[in-house]
Amino acid sequence: MDEIAVLGAGMHPWGKWGRNFTEYGVAAARDALTDAGVDYADVGFVSGAVTVRCGYPGYVAGSTFARALGFTGAQLASSYSACASGATALQVARGQILSGASDVALVVGADTTPKGFLAPHEGRRPDDLDWLRFHLVGATNPVYFGLHARRRMDLYGATTDDFAMVKVKNSHHGAHNPNARFTKEYGLDDVRNSPVVSDPLRLLDICATSDGGAALVVSSMEWARDHGHRDPVRVAGISTVSPTYPDPVIDLPYLATDSLAGSAAATVGFKESIGARAYTEAGLGPADVDVAEVYDLSSAMELDWYEQLGFCAAGEAERLLRDGDTAIGGRLPVNPSGGLGAFGEAVPAQAIAQVCELVWQLRGTAGARQVEGARVGITVNQGLFGHGSSVILRR
Amino acid sequence: MPAVEGLFTLDGDEPRLIGGRVPGTESYFFPRHLGGADPRVGPVELEEVLLSRRGRVWSYTTSHYPPPPPFVVTSEPYEPITVAAVELEDERMVVLGQCIAGVGPDDLEVGMEVELTTDILYSDDDHDYLVWKWRPVAPADREG
Repeated sequence: MDEIAVLGAGMHPWGKWGRNFTEYGVAAARDALTDAGVDYADVGFVSGAVTVRCGYPGYVAGSTFARALGFTGAQLASSYSACASGATALQVARGQILSGASDVALVVGADTTPKGFLAPHEGRRPDDLDWLRFHLVGATNPVYFGLHARRRMDLYGATTDDFAMVKVKNSHHGAHNPNARFTKEYGLDDVRNSPVVSDPLRLLDICATSDGGAALVVSSMEWARDHGHRDPVRVAGISTVSPTYPDPVIDLPYLATDSLAGSAAATVGFKESIGARAYTEAGLGPADVDVAEVYDLSSAMELDWYEQLGFCAAGEAERLLRDGDTAIGGRLPVNPSGGLGAFGEAVPAQAIAQVCELVWQLRGTAGARQVEGARVGITVNQGLFGHGSSVILRR
Repeated sequence: MPAVEGLFTLDGDEPRLIGGRVPGTESYFFPRHLGGADPRVGPVELEEVLLSRRGRVWSYTTSHYPPPPPFVVTSEPYEPITVAAVELEDERMVVLGQCIAGVGPDDLEVGMEVELTTDILYSDDDHDYLVWKWRPVAPADREG
């Protein structure tokens, strides 16, 4: 797959600020443009990641950000694929650049989130699975996280302390991140003593929802070279795959899986297929990865990703964690940013924020959370309704 | 009456989930019209089938905070609800459902046999609104 260059990365700090999401997106975009040294007038394409919780301006995020920065006639797109929206927005920008339609694109996502559980839209809607799962089963997002965590304990002997250790590790990383919302360094007892939300997961095992914004300036390799960017971080692969029928793993927001009565499951599971597609595009494999940003909606989910990204065999993630391999200073640091545990999720910004972190890591400018010598990084994320997302960056 | 029409039958002690099936195959879906499709067959009308009442627990969790609307919290104070994902015996598909009141994580384990029943989801002045729930199979009835 042809590569594009990442010229700039920017973020508005995560928090519970309660202001218009546009502010966060614009701050992040300006930050990314400054970081890139790119004149906004050179941006030919604005690719927005959509928020569905901020009214119409959120649905047309590309336009909302472009107008707030000042309309220049740039082409626009707005993408929604739940938690994967940011990666989709980046993929749309890559397509625009590789087709030759634009040289430089700005990718932006931002969100303002309500307090508490994310819940479906109001009104009685029995044809909407997202409504049915809440109404009939009380299946909030943490219910699905809890099901997978319990399954991990049963299949592999994981313990609640293993899950807590993920939170402890990531909190030590996030303590060094000025964009993180939660910078307290937690110990095992803090997690053990936090209230149970969805057994076996506790409050500190589950990510909060946050306000925040993230942005990237990307360009063709030619434009980068012609404008003095000699050794930019490059996007080597992007995956936005969906499941393959029949998929036997229950996931958000479905009430049931496919049936295996008549045919065997696909040879590669959905979660495994997400990273696999990105590796194939990049011509790289798990052994090449120096650093990863994975979607820890729950602490237990981070362990699942180690296996689904091929860092270890199924059932070995706890060993990687316990050996310190995935902490900064270890063999393959995971979530040096602090992950969602330190950020809380700002849905359309989060997949972009993962890429921002890897840009800084690969440039060697991540300060106290720097992964020494990182040359290849991978992000992974999953949005409900079958949206996979993974981005591989290299330098 | 069912809280939502068309998802399960209310036949006394033996309620069944109403699924869909590609005619002539073993490809099942639930709910019938919202459960996806088999991409290997052309556009077909799924036939209505009643799914098996028994299955084995794939996983389970208990919600210690009340879910937000459109879930209706009926107990005050809130009693934690337990949700099980159950692999149906014949269809080999995993279906979510609440467990009956009184069943918590200490009563469940992965692989345990459970069966479908119905229970009140919530009530108003006119009706009880029912939903399917999972309950452990009594030891004497287990298939081992």
